[in-house]
Amino acid sequence: MIEAVGLTKRYGAKTAVHNLTFQVRPGAVTGFLGPNGSGKSTTMRMILGLDRPTAGHVTIAGHPFHELPNAPRQVGALLDAKAVHGGRSARHHLLSLAQLAGIPARRVDEVLGVVGLQDVARKRSGGFSLGMGQRLGIAAALLGDPQVLLFDEPVNGLDPEGILWVRNLMKRLAAEGRTVFVSSHLMSEMALTADHLIVIGRGQLMADMSVKDFIAANSADFARVRTPDDDREARDRLKDALVAAGAQVLPEPDGALRVTGLPLPRVSDVAHGADVRLWELSPHQASLEEAYMRMTQGAVDYRSTADQRSGFQAPQPQPQPPAQRLHEGWAEQAYPVLPGERPNRYATPPAASTAAPGATPPAASEPVLGAGQAVPAVPPTHGPTAPDPAAGTTPAPATGAPAAPGTGQPVPAPADLIKRDSEDAR
Amino acid sequence: MAVVTQALRSEWTKIRSVRSTVWTLGLAIVVTVALGALISALTKKDFGNLPPRDKIAFDPTFISFAGMGLGQLALIVFGVLVVANEYSTGMIRTSLAAVPQRGTFLFSKITIAALLAFVVGMVTSFAAFFVGQAMLGDYGATLADPGVPRAVIGGGLYMTLIAVFSMGVATMLRSPMLSLGILMPFFFLISAILGNVSATKKVGQYLPDQAGQKVMQVVTVGSDTPYGPWGGFAIMVLWVVAALIGGYAVLSRRDA
Repeated sequence: MIEAVGLTKRYGAKTAVHNLTFQVRPGAVTGFLGPNGSGKSTTMRMILGLDRPTAGHVTIAGHPFHELPNAPRQVGALLDAKAVHGGRSARHHLLSLAQLAGIPARRVDEVLGVVGLQDVARKRSGGFSLGMGQRLGIAAALLGDPQVLLFDEPVNGLDPEGILWVRNLMKRLAAEGRTVFVSSHLMSEMALTADHLIVIGRGQLMADMSVKDFIAANSADFARVRTPDDDREARDRLKDALVAAGAQVLPEPDGALRVTGLPLPRVSDVAHGADVRLWELSPHQASLEEAYMRMTQGAVDYRSTADQRSGFQAPQPQPQPPAQRLHEGWAEQAYPVLPGERPNRYATPPAASTAAPGATPPAASEPVLGAGQAVPAVPPTHGPTAPDPAAGTTPAPATGAPAAPGTGQPVPAPADLIKRDSEDAR
Repeated sequence: MAVVTQALRSEWTKIRSVRSTVWTLGLAIVVTVALGALISALTKKDFGNLPPRDKIAFDPTFISFAGMGLGQLALIVFGVLVVANEYSTGMIRTSLAAVPQRGTFLFSKITIAALLAFVVGMVTSFAAFFVGQAMLGDYGATLADPGVPRAVIGGGLYMTLIAVFSMGVATMLRSPMLSLGILMPFFFLISAILGNVSATKKVGQYLPDQAGQKVMQVVTVGSDTPYGPWGGFAIMVLWVVAALIGGYAVLSRRDA
């Protein structure tokens, strides 16, 4: 059992982890999710007593880590697969750790067998691939046969066979009644491995629930309804009928409709009643990935922008005239809040998320449109820094996202968490 | 106590399983002995031409340690790598996750490395002395001469302390490149300059290596240092203790 209470870590003015309170229970695989830089590794390091919390505390089996009697026999951890002296052989690396914990050398050969490194045990670990490094790190975690296991990104660099092996290993360890705490970015993997989820974003707890509940709470299942492409009038008729029947309807970019609030047979009945033919009526179940994406939208620190290659090309006319935007309110890649969905207080407010990415045609681009092919409006010397309208895709997201305008925010975020948002916008 | 024994065994496994140990310690022996022998041989050849003052101040024991100025650099590298490699590889997190008692971890590591440096230092010192005296021939000293056993044993202790001092500094700086970048030029050039330029001599003579080397001198004619051989050695010990306290303070306070 790992128990964190009010765990907070600040590095100077930067808050890496803010007021985390959670429990990791034995007998289950607990996934630890969050975007890059959200504080997962910092939390793991604090659990292991490597970093000292600024406030709050975390205990393992009721003790702070540094007071645990014979810690390596109780807690095994894989923090960083490359945290090995490259000049040392795998066996010597494990042997030194085993001796440190008073574990007999026999056990070293055992775990080398368990992770499948027995053939390269005497090779210098500097030549190991990332996947072999992960196996070596897992071997080190298993060395003391501990009751509590922490793995930070254990499947990075593993081949499919290795991923399957890690998945089964985690499940087996949990089934034996151990506490297994695994961080990962790979949602598909977590969906298969974890029983319980702890999600953090920007250092704050966003969810602590079972995988099933998480998906249910953060996404709505919906029905996708498609009418014949050439009959827009029928589509509108169906939309009106569905809304009249109490459903929420959201048009998708390709002309389909997302319907929530009505069971599939009712949708079919309504369509029949409205005399509309259907090309598609399919149930859509949200994946863990989708649920996660929606939840963490506002809490992503590192967001990519489209590569405009503006240094190589003459400025194009405004890429997407507003007239071509068929469906207002539908931002690409975003997971919009569905009608009737409980709004996620952490997520970007929908208005901001759709307005930001290149949607607002800057005034500067209008003369270009008007002038037809008025070739480089901007002298090429300004190339790289040219005020390309699309530069607006730099996330101007989430001004104040975590401390969102939402009402009843239970824990006020520290000022710098908000400040970081405004830095993003620059 | 069991933890200490376990930590010592673990550190011994760590230190013997990397090549840098053999390289640095081997180089320390070879460089010190070979350079001492070369300079001893050259001194013998040139002895007749020395001015009378230098003949009076001639210290055959210290001449045979002439290679130590270069050889100690290898021990500095050894000391730095033993500690700072834990940081540069990230191994420190694995190690500290296994021994949460950071003091036990640090002093086990330094004990093992210091013992190894002590053995190598003594071997180097005695080898440099005997080879150097053989090169000096008639001008040489023997272990039976007064002050010589102290100087030869002191040479071994000096090399040990240089290595331990480097470990303390590396624990404070936590980076091999930074530690080497500071320690190597300091001991190779800066300290020697400060200790020999008259303007800075008053301060320079209290630097760890300048003070510590006093223990290796037998003939001290014309020397005006305010401390004797063991006094100089004690000054060096203080430096080493200060470096270790600083290292321990950094390790126990800072996040790994």
